[in-house]
Amino acid sequence: MRTTPFPNQRCVLAAFASEHDLLAAAQALRDRGYTIHEAYTPYPVHGLDNILAVRPTRLPMLCLLFGITGAVAKLWFQVWTSAGSWPLNVGGKPLASVPAFVPITFEVTVLFAGIGTVLAFLLRSGLHPGRRARIAHPRATDDAFVLVTLVDRADVHVGGLMELCHTLRASEVYERSEVTS
Amino acid sequence: MAELYSILRSPLILGDKSLRQVTDDVCAPMERGPGKLWWIAFVSALLLLAVGVAAETYQLVTGVGAWGLNNTVGWAFDITNFVFWIGIGHAGTLISAILFLFRQKWRTSVNRSAEAMTLFAVACAGIFPIIHMGRPWLAFWFLPYPNFRGPLWVNFRSPLVWDMFAISTYLLISLLFWYIGLIPDLAAMRDRAGTKLRRKLAGWFSLGWDGSNRTWSRYEVLYLLLAGLATPLVVSVHTIVSWDFATSVIPGWHTTIFPPYFVAGAVFSGFAMVLTLMLITRKMLHFEDYITLQHVEAMTKIILATGSIVGFAYLTELFTAWYSGNIYEQFAFTNRMFGPYAWAYWTMISCNVIVPQLFWIRRIRRSVVVVFILSLAINVGMWFERFVIIVTSLTRDFLPSSWSEYTPTWIEVGTFAGSFGLFFTLFLLFARLLPMIAIAEVKGVLGHGRTVVESTGILTRRNGKASQPAHPEPVAAAHATARPQ
Repeated sequence: MRTTPFPNQRCVLAAFASEHDLLAAAQALRDRGYTIHEAYTPYPVHGLDNILAVRPTRLPMLCLLFGITGAVAKLWFQVWTSAGSWPLNVGGKPLASVPAFVPITFEVTVLFAGIGTVLAFLLRSGLHPGRRARIAHPRATDDAFVLVTLVDRADVHVGGLMELCHTLRASEVYERSEVTS
Repeated sequence: MAELYSILRSPLILGDKSLRQVTDDVCAPMERGPGKLWWIAFVSALLLLAVGVAAETYQLVTGVGAWGLNNTVGWAFDITNFVFWIGIGHAGTLISAILFLFRQKWRTSVNRSAEAMTLFAVACAGIFPIIHMGRPWLAFWFLPYPNFRGPLWVNFRSPLVWDMFAISTYLLISLLFWYIGLIPDLAAMRDRAGTKLRRKLAGWFSLGWDGSNRTWSRYEVLYLLLAGLATPLVVSVHTIVSWDFATSVIPGWHTTIFPPYFVAGAVFSGFAMVLTLMLITRKMLHFEDYITLQHVEAMTKIILATGSIVGFAYLTELFTAWYSGNIYEQFAFTNRMFGPYAWAYWTMISCNVIVPQLFWIRRIRRSVVVVFILSLAINVGMWFERFVIIVTSLTRDFLPSSWSEYTPTWIEVGTFAGSFGLFFTLFLLFARLLPMIAIAEVKGVLGHGRTVVESTGILTRRNGKASQPAHPEPVAAAHATARPQ
C-alpha cells in the first residue's frame, strides 16, 4: 500500500509529550477500533511498528541482491580484463589469478550493497531533494510525538475521538482535513 | 517528569535534559555567531593549509626531486602520512558501525563528529598517494576505464590498485553513513530555522524528512545494514593498506601479522584523535553534559585494549624475527632498535606501548587534562610507527652498497603540515554548520539509566526544565507557529 502522509480525508492529530504516552495512546486507540494512519516522532519509537501493523521492510533482501550483483560483476570484470580483453603476463602469474581478485571483489560488493540499499531506501520512502516535508506538528522533529487517527467511517465521532485523545494525555489535539502536500 | 534513576546504570546524558533541550543545546553553537576563539583557530588552520598548498605547488612545479627520497628510499614521508591519516579515519567507523552492532549506546554522543573526522582524515590521506605518483594529473590512470591504449586495463593483482578501490569505497560508504545519520537532524534544523536561507538549505538536504513511523522503521533497518557493511569494510581497508607492505619482500614488511596489527593500530590512533578533538569540542561548545567523563573513560578503555594489541604485535614481530632464523629479518629489527633511527623506534615504543598502559589507572582515565596530553602522545607515537616501518626497512637494503639515509625536506614537512591545515579547516567548518551531536540518536538514549514513571503529559517549553512541569503552550499558539506545507 502506498501511503500518503496525510490522507485525503479528515483525520485527528494528537501530540504527546513522551514516547510512553504515545505508545499507550496508540495501543488504546487501536484497541477501541480506530484506524491509526501514521505516527510522527523525533526519534524512532520501538514498539510502534507492532501497534501500527507495519510490515517489516524488505531492504535486507535488496541489500543482499545488490551485494551479489556487485560481487559477480566485479569478479567477471577482473577476469575479463586480465584474461580476456587484453591478456598481459604479469610476473608469470596466471592470467585469471582469482585469489588476487578477491580484495577488490569484496570492496565492490560493499560498494554496490551500500549505495543500492541507500537508493532503495530513499526511493521507497519518497525522500528526495526538494520534497516538501509534511509537517504534522511544528515540533514533530523536536519533542512532539504525533499520532494521526483517521476519521474514516461514519460511526467515528470526531468530538468523541478528540476527547478520548485528551484523556489519553495528549497535550494538543487538532483536526485536519486538507491534503497537505 | 517524574522519574526514577537506576542504581545499576548511570544516565548517558547528564543534566536532566528534556528532548527540547537536547535540540536547543546541540543547535546552539550553529545558531550563535562564531566566537573569537573559533576565528583564531580557523585562520590558523587556513594558514597551515596555505603552507601545504605552497609546498605542494613547489613540488608539482619542480618534481618529486623536491622530496628527500633517493634510489634506496622510494617511500617515506608521503606514505607515512597516508597510512597515518587512513588509520585515524578508522576510529570514526568503529564508533559509528562496530559499536552500533555491539549496542554500545554511549556512542551516540560522539559518533557524528567521529564520522566527520573519518571523512576529513580519509580526504587528507587520499592526497598523499596521488601526489606520490609524481604526475598527479594522471591519477585517473588508476581507474579501469575503456581507453584507446589497447584498451590497457589496470593490473588488478596489484595491492596499489586494491588500495585505490578500498579507499574510494571507504570514503563513499562513510559519506553515505554520515549523511544518512544527518538527515533527521537536518530536518530538526529546518523546523527550527530562524532564517529563510537556513530553512531552505536544511530543507533541501533533509530530503523532506518528516519523521513518520514507516520511514523511521525502514531507516533503522538501513542503518543496521550500513553498519553491517561498514564493519567488514573498515577491517578490509586497513588490511589492504597493510598489504601494500606485506606483499613485498622487504625485511620488516613481509609478515602475515601486518593486517591485524595495522587494524588494531588504526583504531588505536583513531581513538586518540577522537579524544583530542572531543575534549576540545566539549569544552569549547559546552557539551560537558553530552560528552561526559563516562564517554571519555569508555574511549580510553578502547585505547588501552587496542594499545595492548599493538604492543603485543611489536613483541610478536621481534620474536618472529629471532625465531625465524632469517638474518635479514633479524637485522631489520636490530637496525630498528639500535640503528640510525633508533630514536624514532623508542619514541614509538614509549608513546604506543607505555603511554596507553597508564589508562589502567581510573584517576588518569577521568582526568580530562591528562587524557588530552596522553592522546596527543599517542598521535605522535602512531605517526612514528609508520615512519619506523617504512624508513628503517628501506634505508637498509639487502646490499650494504645501496644503504642510504633519509631526511625529509621542508617541502615534505610543509605538505604534512598542510594536511593538518586541511583537516582542521574542514572540522572547524563542520562544527559551525552541522549538528556535532546526533540529535535524534541522543534523544533515543536519553532515557538510558532513568525510567519515566509518569510524564506530565505536557510538551516542555523552550529551555524549560524537564523536572518541573512547564505550562502547556496554548493550542492556538501552536497552530499559529505551524507551517503546514
